[in-house]
Amino acid sequence: MPPSDTPENTTTPGVEGDADGPLIVFDQVVKRFGDLTVLDHLDFSVAPGERVTLIGPSGSGKTTILRLLMTLEKVTEGHIWIQGEPFSHMRRGSALVPANEGHLRRRRKRIGMVFQQFNLFPNMTVRKNIMEAPVHVLGVGKDEAAQRAEELLELVGLGDKIDAHPTQLSGGQQQRVAIARALAMRPEILLLDEVTSALDPELVAGVLDVLREVAETTDITMLCVTHEMGFARDVSHRVLMFDQGRIAEEGPPEQIFGDPREERTKSFLKSVLDNGY
Amino acid sequence: MEQIEFLIERLPRFLDGAWVTVQLTLGGSALAFVLAMVFGIMGTAGHWLPRAVSTVYVEVFRGIAALVLMFWMAYALPVATGFQLDDMFAAILALGLNVGAYGAEVVRSAINAVPRAQVEATVALNLSWFQRMRLVVVPQAWAQMLPTFGNLVIELMKATAVAYLIGVADLAAVAQQLREATGETVVAYSGALVLYYLIAQVLILGMRLLERRANRKLGRVTPGGGGPLSLLRPPSVGTRVGVAK
Repeated sequence: MPPSDTPENTTTPGVEGDADGPLIVFDQVVKRFGDLTVLDHLDFSVAPGERVTLIGPSGSGKTTILRLLMTLEKVTEGHIWIQGEPFSHMRRGSALVPANEGHLRRRRKRIGMVFQQFNLFPNMTVRKNIMEAPVHVLGVGKDEAAQRAEELLELVGLGDKIDAHPTQLSGGQQQRVAIARALAMRPEILLLDEVTSALDPELVAGVLDVLREVAETTDITMLCVTHEMGFARDVSHRVLMFDQGRIAEEGPPEQIFGDPREERTKSFLKSVLDNGY
Repeated sequence: MEQIEFLIERLPRFLDGAWVTVQLTLGGSALAFVLAMVFGIMGTAGHWLPRAVSTVYVEVFRGIAALVLMFWMAYALPVATGFQLDDMFAAILALGLNVGAYGAEVVRSAINAVPRAQVEATVALNLSWFQRMRLVVVPQAWAQMLPTFGNLVIELMKATAVAYLIGVADLAAVAQQLREATGETVVAYSGALVLYYLIAQVLILGMRLLERRANRKLGRVTPGGGGPLSLLRPPSVGTRVGVAK
């Protein structure tokens, strides 16, 4: 596979116990669904505070990377490290064994995710959607959580919808609530999985504006799968172009979008533009 | 006219019997509900052990006729163990265990029908298994359980009629005794018929109220407004919530 030439992209020994190193490290990660190899010995790393956009044709493994980080899937081979500690695995003696639920629960605490389909809880008001996890998982007091919910809803421009039901909101509004809900957990890493793909075109801008604001005002590390190339160019430090489970090309957004070197990147970007994204 | 007089004269006895039937129904339903929730949720567990326990309960008690179970508890249990259950209690236990097995399957499938995306959202928020069940999964599955629970409650109420065979003085027993004592077969059974029907109607109404409330909590609106008249027909709600378009 084409090795990425970033200096932090080292193998396990350099990563282990290195808390000042990269925040996220994928070390030879393989993900297979049956016979289908979705990620093929993938190596890459993300620095603290970095905002990385993953692009590429559908089926190239971008979303799987986010789902592995959110522990919604398990790696088939290889390891994922976060802050120099094993994430997809845990230590048993000197060996690494697949993580159990307790390990995952401790380690995914600071990771948040926003989904393509929002996935708000229909049995709760907007306020409860945002409050419940901080109260029950982080042990935040109810008053504090309620106040924070209000602040976050102001941030996403929906202060007046706090008592609404998810079903009463447009797709764009639901997605902005979902962003507020993820932020309420004070994540260090925020995973954005095609967050505007399910939205009507006129609702996309509102959601992207909120995310731009989050990117500008916080130092949250962001991994973003998107077809919104303008947004990717504005907010990301680095763009990874995926093809068939491998990184075909990576670089700063100016280079990837302005001067792509790989044929696959060029044809992908052309197809995206032709489709009116 | 004679028959009506007969009926009015014996109304207090009918009502006593009906009251026992209601008690059997409520007691059996309460037990069935608890068993259905516990074993139904266990049936959705990731670990094989609770799933196996749930399967054993469901298959055993689904396969045993409530009547035979009732007889066994009233007559076989004292012989086998020397422990005599109160007739009423034995009847409630048999009905609850039997209907609870059906209910557990309803709970299990309703929980499995909660969209996977909802569960994934609870993982992303790092909820524990218990928190996920309590805050998200069970409240959403609830609306789906209720229509079938309604049917089970009616079935259970009708199945209480066999309790008179172990000596419980329920509505069926009253009808039977009146017929034997007076020979007024038509009136005795007609009175029971009407009272069973009325009890069922009250139960159906109660279940529809619960259903409507559950749908409202999920942000589903009752079509054609939610006036009292709409309770006369089952709610038809088709909106899938919590997912986009």
